[in-house]
Order: sequence, then C-alpha cells, then structure tokens
Amino acid sequence: MTARSSAHPYIPNSDPAIKRSMLDFVGVGSIDDLYSAIPSKLRVNGLLNLPAPLTNEQDLAKHVTSILKKNSPQSSRISFLGAGTYNHYVPAVVDEVINRSEFLTAYAGDPYEDHGRFQALFEYESLMAELVNMDVVNVPTYDGLQAAATSLAMAYRITGRKKILVVTEVNPDKYSKVRNYNQSRLEFIDIPTNNLQPDLGAIKGALNGDVAAIWLDTPNYLGTLCANVQELADLAHANGSLLVVGVDPISLGVLQSPADQGADIINGDIQSLGVHCWFGGGHGGFIAVHDDPKFVMELPSRLFGLESTTVPGEYGFGDVAYERTSFALREEGKEWVGTAAALWGIAAAVYLSLMGPRGMVEVGETIIARTRYAMHKLGGIAGVKVGGSELQLREFVLDLSQSGMSAKGLIDKCRERNIEPGVQISDSQILVCVTEMNSEADINALHDAIVTVLGGAK
Amino acid sequence: MTLPIAKKPTLRRFQQASWDEPIVFELSKKGERGVLVSEIEPNIAATVSSELPSGVRREVPPALPEIGQMRVLKHFLRLSQENLGADLNVDIGQGTCTMKYSPKINDQIIRREELFDLHPLQDPKTVQGALQIIWEMQELLKEVSGLDAVSLQTSSGSSAIWSNIATIRAYFDDIGEGDTRDEIITTIFSHPSNAAAAKTAGYKIITLHPGEKGYPTLDQYKEVISNRTAALLITNPEDTGIFNPEIKEIVELFHSHGALASYDQANANGILGITRAKEAGFDLCHFNLHKTFSTPHACGGPGGGASCVTKKLEKYLPKPHVVKRSDQFLLDDELPLSIGKVSPFYGVLPNIVRAYSWIMSLGAAGLREVAENAVLNNNYLLKNVLEISGATAPYSNQHPRIEQVRYSWNELFEETGVTSEEIGLRVLDYGMHYWTSHHPFIVPQPFTLEPTESYSREELDEYINVLRAVAKEAKENPEVVKSAPHNQVVHHTDHADLDDPARWAITWRAYLRKYPEVQERMRNG
Repeated sequence: MTARSSAHPYIPNSDPAIKRSMLDFVGVGSIDDLYSAIPSKLRVNGLLNLPAPLTNEQDLAKHVTSILKKNSPQSSRISFLGAGTYNHYVPAVVDEVINRSEFLTAYAGDPYEDHGRFQALFEYESLMAELVNMDVVNVPTYDGLQAAATSLAMAYRITGRKKILVVTEVNPDKYSKVRNYNQSRLEFIDIPTNNLQPDLGAIKGALNGDVAAIWLDTPNYLGTLCANVQELADLAHANGSLLVVGVDPISLGVLQSPADQGADIINGDIQSLGVHCWFGGGHGGFIAVHDDPKFVMELPSRLFGLESTTVPGEYGFGDVAYERTSFALREEGKEWVGTAAALWGIAAAVYLSLMGPRGMVEVGETIIARTRYAMHKLGGIAGVKVGGSELQLREFVLDLSQSGMSAKGLIDKCRERNIEPGVQISDSQILVCVTEMNSEADINALHDAIVTVLGGAK
Repeated sequence: MTLPIAKKPTLRRFQQASWDEPIVFELSKKGERGVLVSEIEPNIAATVSSELPSGVRREVPPALPEIGQMRVLKHFLRLSQENLGADLNVDIGQGTCTMKYSPKINDQIIRREELFDLHPLQDPKTVQGALQIIWEMQELLKEVSGLDAVSLQTSSGSSAIWSNIATIRAYFDDIGEGDTRDEIITTIFSHPSNAAAAKTAGYKIITLHPGEKGYPTLDQYKEVISNRTAALLITNPEDTGIFNPEIKEIVELFHSHGALASYDQANANGILGITRAKEAGFDLCHFNLHKTFSTPHACGGPGGGASCVTKKLEKYLPKPHVVKRSDQFLLDDELPLSIGKVSPFYGVLPNIVRAYSWIMSLGAAGLREVAENAVLNNNYLLKNVLEISGATAPYSNQHPRIEQVRYSWNELFEETGVTSEEIGLRVLDYGMHYWTSHHPFIVPQPFTLEPTESYSREELDEYINVLRAVAKEAKENPEVVKSAPHNQVVHHTDHADLDDPARWAITWRAYLRKYPEVQERMRNG
C-alpha cells in the first residue's frame, strides 16, 4: 500500500512541505509561534472532543445521507400543513438559477464585479412592487416575522407613538417575535375580532393619541381576508396613526393590494414565491412603502437603486440612502443590516418573472377554488364545522368540538393513513391549508379519511 | 502566431462577463408564458367559484412582465455570469467575512427531497433525521465553544447577535435588574451589528477605541463599567486580526460588576480548537455558519447563526429547543422564560446540514488544521503586503496577527492621492475582489484581507501581485487607477441619484414614474 497524503482537499497548504516553506518565509519555527498573542491559560489542551471525521467525500455523503433518509418528505403523503410555511410549487428554472455557483457563493462584491446580483435584486424589488402596488420594496430581510417586527418599529419611529392595535389573529410565532423585538418601545393592545373580521367599533374606541399603528394580517392566522381595509386605513389616518398590513404575496394576483386601500406599510414572507419548505428554513421577509422619504429613511435594509454609468444606455446600480444603515452609522443607523435572505429574493424574482400576471392570477384562483372545495367537502361531514366564508384564502379552521374527537386524536388517526390533515391550534381545532399542490383527489382523500375516523369514534 | 504559445504574463488578463442585459420588464411580450399553473378540476369548477368577492378582489392583474421560459432562464443566467462569486475569484479581499471554500459535496447532499420538501410541522416521527442533525450540530458547537447549550434558530450572524442580546435582556429582567442595567459596552473594531442590535434592544452604547496596541486596555474598561452595565459585546481577535490577551481579565471585570460577557465569534476561523469562549469565561457567544463553517454566502443570505450559552442562560434561548429523549429527537416548547421566537421554526436547515457536513469532514484535528492554515496564510500575506511600498499594518507588531489584517494605504494616498476605494476598483480589473472596512475608517485608507485556509500559496501570490501592480500604477499612472474599473460588467457609475429622494429609483415602476421620457420611449418601442 502506498503512503496516503495527509493534505486535506479543502486546505491546500496543509501539505507538510508547503507549510514548512511558508513558515520559513514568514520566519517562524512553528505554527505555534504564530499564536504567541494567546496566553497559555486561554489555550485548549490537546484536541477538541469531536467525532472521528469522514475526510473523503464518499464516506461523508453516505453518512449524512443515511441520516437524512430517516426523513420522509411531503411528497410521500397527502399534506394540508401551513401555519407559516407553505407547500407551493417551485418551477424548475428557479432552482436552476439560485443553484448557480456565481449567485450561491457571492457575497459583498461591488456593483461592478457583482452587477448581476444588484440587478437581480433590483428586479426582485421591482417585481414585488408590482404585486403590492407600492414604489419601494427592500432587499429581503430575514423572514416575515422580522418584516412585521421592523414594520412596527418603523411605525414607532415615524409617529413617535408607542401603542399598536392588533386587530386580527396573528400567527403566534410571529406575535412572539414582534413582541420580544419591540419590548423596549411598543405596547400591544389586542382587539378581538368580530365574526373573524376586525371590530371597527372596538377599534374606534381604542384609538387615541398614543396609537402608532393599526396592525392586521390579511389573510390572518386563520386564513381569513380582511373585508374592510379601507375603513381601517381611514380610522388610522384620522387618528394620525399608520396602517401596517401583513400579506402573503402569492395571493396578490387575485387579492387587491392593501396599498390601494390606504395601507402605509405592507410586509410579509416570500417563501411562497419559489422557495422550498426546507423544514421551515426557507424564509425571507419583505417590507414595502410608498416613495416618501419619511418612510424610506426608516427602512433598515439595503435598497438597490438604478444609476447611470459613463456609457449611454448602460444600467448601473448602487445603494440608495446608505447613510440610514448600521453599516454607515453603527448604533445611530436604523436597527441593523447584514446578511439576510438575498438568494431567496433572487428565487422570488425568477418565480415572478416566470409566472407573469396570468400565472399569479391563475395560481390565486386555483388556491381559492380548492380551498373552497375543501371547505365545502369537509363542512359536509357530520360533527365537523368549518370556520369562515368566501373570504378564506388557503387556510381555514376545522372545528371538531361537536365530533366526539379531539384535534390531536384526528391528526393521529389521519397520520396512520399517511395524511397530514392540518396543524392543531387548540384542543378541538385544526388549521387546514390548501394550496395548488393539493388536488381534488387529495381533498377527497382527506374527506374520506375524516369520515372514516369520526365514524370509528362514535 | 504559430505554436508554441508564448508564456502567460504575471497578471491575469481578466474580462468580466458583460451582457448589457435589459431590465426584466423590458423583455415582456404580451401573451408569452414562463410557466403554467395546475388547473382547477372540472368538478371543483362546477362546485365552487374561484373569484374573491368584490371589495377585496384585485380588478387589474399586477403589471408583471410576460416572458417565455427560456428567455427568463437566459436572462437570469446572464445576470449570474455578471457576478463574481467566491468560487471564481481569490476571495480574500472581503476581510471579516471568511470567504472560504463551500464544498460542493455539501450542496449535493442537501438537494434531496428528504430535506427541501419537509414541512416544519409534520409528524416529528417523520423528521427524525432533520432533528438528529440539528441536535448533533448543537453538540458539536457545544464542544467548539466550550459552552453548555446551543440554539441554531437564527439565519445570520447579526440575527444571532440579536438573539444573544435578547437573552441578556431576558436574564436581567428575570433577576429583577432589567430596569437598572441599561448600558452595553463594545469596541469600535467589533462588528457594527453589536452596537446596532443592542441599541435596537433599548440599550445605551458605549464604544471603546483602541490604544496603541490595537485594542482597548483593561483600564479603559474600568473607566466605563458600572452597575448600569448589562454586558460586554466583543469580537476577539477584533477586525484588525489582533487578539486581546487581557480578555479573561476583562470578562472577570464584567462579572465582578454583575454584568455578562458575550463573544462575537465571527472571527473564529483562526482560533478553532485553539481557544474558546469557555477558556476566557464568556457567558454567551455566537458563530456564523456562513463564515467559519463554510456555508455559502448566497449573495447575502440566508446564512446561519449559532447562539451558544452557559447553563445559567439556557432557559432563555429561543424556543423550541431540539432535545434528545432516550432515542427520540423532540421539540421542547415548554420554556416559560424563553425569549420566544427569533426566527421561524428551527433555523436554516440547508445550512445547518452543510455546516454539520463540513465539521464531520474535518474532525478535531481538521478544525485545528483549518485554524492553523488560516493563520499561516494570513501571516504569509502580511509579510508580503508589508513589502509593497505604501502599504502598512497599523498597531503593534508585538505578536503575529491571527486570521486577518486591517491594512492601510495611507502612505500611498499621501504620496499619490489615490484612495483605498479607488485601488479596490482597480483590483477588480484583475479578477479579484477587494474591500476597505466597516465605517468609520479608524484606520485611514483601510483594506482588510482574510485569506482563510482555502487558498493555495500560488493564489495568495497572485493576489499579492495584483496589489503590488496596482500600487505601482498609483504611483506611475494614477489616472488608470482613478478611472477604474475598466474590465467590468459596467463602467464607472455616478452616485448622485442615490441620495436624492426626488431622483432615486428603487424599483422599475418608480423609475418610469419619475422619468416619463423612459415610459414614452418604451411605449414607442
């Protein structure tokens, strides 16, 4: 057997002869001499206690893949799970583009060498802007949770007021983030909904000079669209407050943008637009505002804008109003900016370019039709109540309180049949999510499973 | 012009791809389709309507472009070519960001349905592999940091800094000192997000500047610390590559005042397995999976953050925690003192799997090899750069630098009037990336090089040759540097329109609105 080389493939200068020649050039006897700044009392004794490595990639891939194979993907069952991460179709071209090495491994190049990244993200901002009908969209922030948290922090900075009226059901994870993030500046007042809609009377009563914003999600956590955005905007504006609205951009082919009904800040998550579920690890956040410096200057994120070059007809790009950011001003900037979710922004840009206006309308119509069909089918099962009306989009509540079975019981029984019926949100309620990925046959299978399971329960 | 071909010149004759590509909206042709959508089944169409009620219904479809599939693909592939990723250049010019090799095998491993097609709320029995990798990665980072508990929920370094600040705040709220401890102490050579995220959490920020050795002394900390201090947020080595040897004494000073100490380990690459948060006594630290642990930077995210804390702070970490009970991996949500959610669900899984795979490909000896090579490469680079006339490495030369150096072209600037930024734009012309530093420029005319362990000696030499050549140009032909770049995707840009609200164009629709002549031109074809 020949002696094997000890150089690691990821570390070219780990070959002993190369290393020796470099040490000689630097003029030290050993690597340890290069660590003379670190006192011995701070040194780790010996090696860390880590598992034995798999240095060749063949063994490594086998090991990691064997762990991943313990998972079973959504495609191997019928699934109606949503509540924050959504199973939408990802066109092949999206993955082709975002897996390109030039995009995947780039970071902070100038607008000259990384012109493509700047243009792709400018296009992302521009395509999103058409969906929301607003003139300014940020380079993505981390996720929809952060986008909501920052939108409300912006409302505080813009109005100088400290109270937020929460007028629809909010995803509990989002609410947790928003509260913790704004703990030092904002107070949240919950105004319970009336028949799934914001309670205008109660909101009117709660508005006063301390209210920075009315905050709603449409659809809200329970999948219900808000029917009176304009009224809420009018109430907010008459009070000197803002209207901050969360949306899922996949709906905006068929849903009127809240910007057309007076919303001042719109935010949401872009995972639905061409990003796989990734176990909940595929999220990016957007914030949209009108082209008003009072709002634009409060955005923490980077904003890529067009600029001219010395060559006529050539597009250049750069950072708009960079002096807002923590990169320019440290703690005097707006919140902070850094690595966030740019690649998912490029995915969304490719997605929207492929879908076009017709695609966005059609996917919205397919989701609405299948959501309604699921509500119709499941609502017909004895003992099952379906919450909501024609204002449900993608998600609705299945109420089992009259069925003789708990939410957990039904979910367990459906799982035995390789169906995920939805997400448990209380002892007797399940949030069912229907996307364009759920066919009529899937919905019928869910219906039949619930009928069988509940039949057995009685 | 016959064979043999002449020897190549020392400097690469680089030309960046330049497609002169229109904006995607300009590719639109009414009627073209990029992708079709799953159709509504006839029975569903006969049973229910697919329209929203008026009042909420959108009457005019969004003005997105209409483009056939191949043209969309081509457009974005051209944009990708107009981008110089780490895979294509010697990406050592982006100091502080650890632009190392992101192994292709790890990209291949994650592109499986058993990872990208998992829903975070599906039956935990069907995601045991995903939970196992999260849990094992937590265990690995416990050992790498020496601390007791790890959360992988955040998607970037700054987000992990935020998570650590929120944890510090929750701890003081819990012990009843939240109202009185309202100050954070950091240093100017720690990443700006430490100061910015702490300010966002409501703290007053005290920033210490370096003494002549390149870092603030213990006495400087003693002057500002008090019973109002909540915590120290510090990078070490700082962005100068200088390691503060008094760090343990500084941490002890904070502890003696009842304050905590949090370690920004964005600069961990040169000290993996050499020294840890534990040895210096830190209560918290964070790592960037996309720097130290090799996951790709993805044009600016998603990355991955790891927040590591001592036992006493574990109960405040974001929830849920991924735990192992007998042979099962579970999500523990019963954590009343937790700061709650920082990011959705459990973190950026593709990057957690990539980082796990990277550590598993190296092991303890390999991580040490990474650190040692990062430091060797850095000191090799340092010695070479200092031989270039006009370049210096400010602060003490008492010890070798760790993994990066913040250099200065101030001498060259005073001689030639050429700035560091201008040099950077000229370096691009040779196919290399170059960055100055974070603001403010404490080091005058700064540039920051971090060679990591990934580049061969020949590649480091190539970068040094480029720097040497550009410094020479600055002296002999400054105009060629000042008018750079010359070989890039686009030519010199004019920044005047980026800061004027009346003129800036952050989206295509705003551009058309503000410049009606463009709209007119488009209408007339």
